[in-house]
Amino acid sequence: MKIELRDPKIIMKLSRLGSFHQSKLSFLRSFLKEFKNWDYRKDLFDLNELGYGTAIYSLRKNKNVYSLICYANKLNDNERSDRVIATKWDAAFTLFDGIPSKQDIERLRNEVPKQEIGRLSYKELTLSRANKSIRAFDHVVECLSNGKQPDVKFLSKVGYLYRTTAVYGSGKFGLADRFRIKNRKEIYGPFRLEMMLVYLVRQFTFDQVNHIAKHRNPKKAVILDNDISRNLGIGNSTGLGMAPFIVNHPTLLNNWILSREKALKKIREIKNVKKEDVELFKKCLKKSLKNITSWNTDSEYQLKKINSLLNDLNKFIKFIENDLNHTEEYLFNKIYLWSEKNLGEECIEYIVSLMMEPYNDIIDPLIEQMSSNEEKYFNIPTHRTVQDLKNILEEKYYEILKIDFSKKESYQNFWFISKNKEEPRLANRFKESGGDLEQPLAIARDIKKLYEALSVLKNSSTIDKFLANNSIHRHVVRRAFIAEKFPYSEIQDNTIDDKIIPIDMLRLKLSFFGAIKFDPRSDKWLRISMFQGAPLPNELKKHSDQWVYNSLN
Amino acid sequence: MKSLSEIETTSKRASKAAGFSWGVAEEVGKNISLLEMFGLPGVRNLIEYYNIKKEKNFENLKLINKENKINKNSFCPIISGTSFLDQAKSLEKLEEITFEKLAYPMLFLPFISRASEIIGKKLLLKLDDIEFLLNFNVSIFSNLSKKNIISESNFTSVRFLENSDSFSEKEWNELYKKSEETFVEETESLKQTAAGAGLTDND
Repeated sequence: MKIELRDPKIIMKLSRLGSFHQSKLSFLRSFLKEFKNWDYRKDLFDLNELGYGTAIYSLRKNKNVYSLICYANKLNDNERSDRVIATKWDAAFTLFDGIPSKQDIERLRNEVPKQEIGRLSYKELTLSRANKSIRAFDHVVECLSNGKQPDVKFLSKVGYLYRTTAVYGSGKFGLADRFRIKNRKEIYGPFRLEMMLVYLVRQFTFDQVNHIAKHRNPKKAVILDNDISRNLGIGNSTGLGMAPFIVNHPTLLNNWILSREKALKKIREIKNVKKEDVELFKKCLKKSLKNITSWNTDSEYQLKKINSLLNDLNKFIKFIENDLNHTEEYLFNKIYLWSEKNLGEECIEYIVSLMMEPYNDIIDPLIEQMSSNEEKYFNIPTHRTVQDLKNILEEKYYEILKIDFSKKESYQNFWFISKNKEEPRLANRFKESGGDLEQPLAIARDIKKLYEALSVLKNSSTIDKFLANNSIHRHVVRRAFIAEKFPYSEIQDNTIDDKIIPIDMLRLKLSFFGAIKFDPRSDKWLRISMFQGAPLPNELKKHSDQWVYNSLN
Repeated sequence: MKSLSEIETTSKRASKAAGFSWGVAEEVGKNISLLEMFGLPGVRNLIEYYNIKKEKNFENLKLINKENKINKNSFCPIISGTSFLDQAKSLEKLEEITFEKLAYPMLFLPFISRASEIIGKKLLLKLDDIEFLLNFNVSIFSNLSKKNIISESNFTSVRFLENSDSFSEKEWNELYKKSEETFVEETESLKQTAAGAGLTDND
């Protein structure tokens, strides 16, 4: 049986993209899998009794070494802020390519804690900073120094000891450009070095908390239990900075979504599903419920989504337990079709993610297709005709062309880069100034304008002639020809509409990162947890692929 | 040291601020990082050009002809370059294109380099007496002696070079003969078992 890939007109709507969940394709899971056979080392741990100082961790295989350098500094409570405008943090980190020399460590001590205003070099690959979750960190230090383990229930509400507030890579602030390292097989997957940094930072948080507790009460202190550590991740506060990324990298976005869609298609096409594969799917489904019931948020928007997900999952469990014949042919296709008919978007995508669990043979080759050589598609095929371009717009932007941009609500918002932090922001153009400096992220509006400009031209005219007098449309002409080749490269929604929910864009990206427990703090930023339940670095070589469902929380 | 990614993003934003559309600004961002990667002074030329752009009314050359003459002021290298890149396939048959007075021609160069890749031919760019051989956007060979800011080229030409060998047939045969020394003479029995042996091919 041949199953078609799902229709981009449905999948690329923001409400659907904002319902995606982590899966076997997610970057933090594929990172752990790739580095399973690497050696982990704590190379330096030079902290004072209060936990301030320098630490270095590395992952090594043969002669390849990646080193995380951590600088922990004193931070007063009134200086601690997760906002991107902060200038000081509890700790700052960089992932170094190789083994840093003493000179490197000293050079970076002056730069890394400054973050955006510091200067990195081609030897450094990623950069980040993080703040303590004071309530969790202090509680753990207090308990450990008194010889007790911390309250697991309390910790599960937080989920981490530290929150990162930004993770930078790919040439930012002087870091190595992607082209320098892109041919290394171990990092042939998006954001793999960012994942490595976050993973090693997580271990630093455990070592630091143990170190402080021990110095506070050397005779009585105990070490944080491994099971508790494993169920702590790293938090992350994420704002709008992430949203334009998925608009600015259309071929990359396509390759992420296309991999997911190809996986689903192949799984639905399996005629005889093995009993053990169904059992693994069901096992992951049941174990994953803990991740939902321990999902804490004050956001009404997210609470509604969580409740609907839980209700739908209960409905789904009843269906597979009572109404589904597990020996039927094309079992996963039946499951999928039933889900589409009976469940909401949040739950459909949850089940799609779970369906991937038994199938390494399908998923592993797809992981290698999730990067993109964006340069290859930059040039515009200007020998093509106006008719060609109109056909593309009518097919690939069918819904977009229906939007009425004469209505104020259709273009209420604009995206801009803030002067103080050079970060993307969204504002109401009728209330705020700066609309004239709008970023080219209003793709729906600009595509519609392009279509209108083309409609008065001769169909046989070529694009080079059109561009000679219509330079203003150049950025969307480029995109349209990319969309022709890459079906999942465009969000099929209006990103400047008055009803836009920007966190749907963040949620999409974060689900591919492998984040769980999305906790929106407004419609423009959210908190998440990464690596919760993941093996500790010294357990990497024997870890289970389904670790994400082993959470005790 | 600035990364190429920083150079591209900052050049793109500066180009938008200088009055170009976002699409053209994207081209400039890509071009300046390309120049810097080739070790040519992209950033310096761009700054100089944008410093004087508002004062001087450079001419926008939108449709490229075999000979391109100015009306009054020098041609804008960015609009001229964008037009050349877009029209490269149809310009190829003209063999050589000339431009009178081109401002900051280093900013024109990366468009020609990219055009070389698109049409699959080497292009020879002459800026007065400075030559650049552009090899499919993979490398640039030049007699440029210093990392200069070139504020104007009085006479610019772009020649489409036919794909041809840089060596004679005799030289090739000589090289081939040397390569033959790695071959092994086959015995008769091995020849009998090679692909197609022992069959009639008239089937």
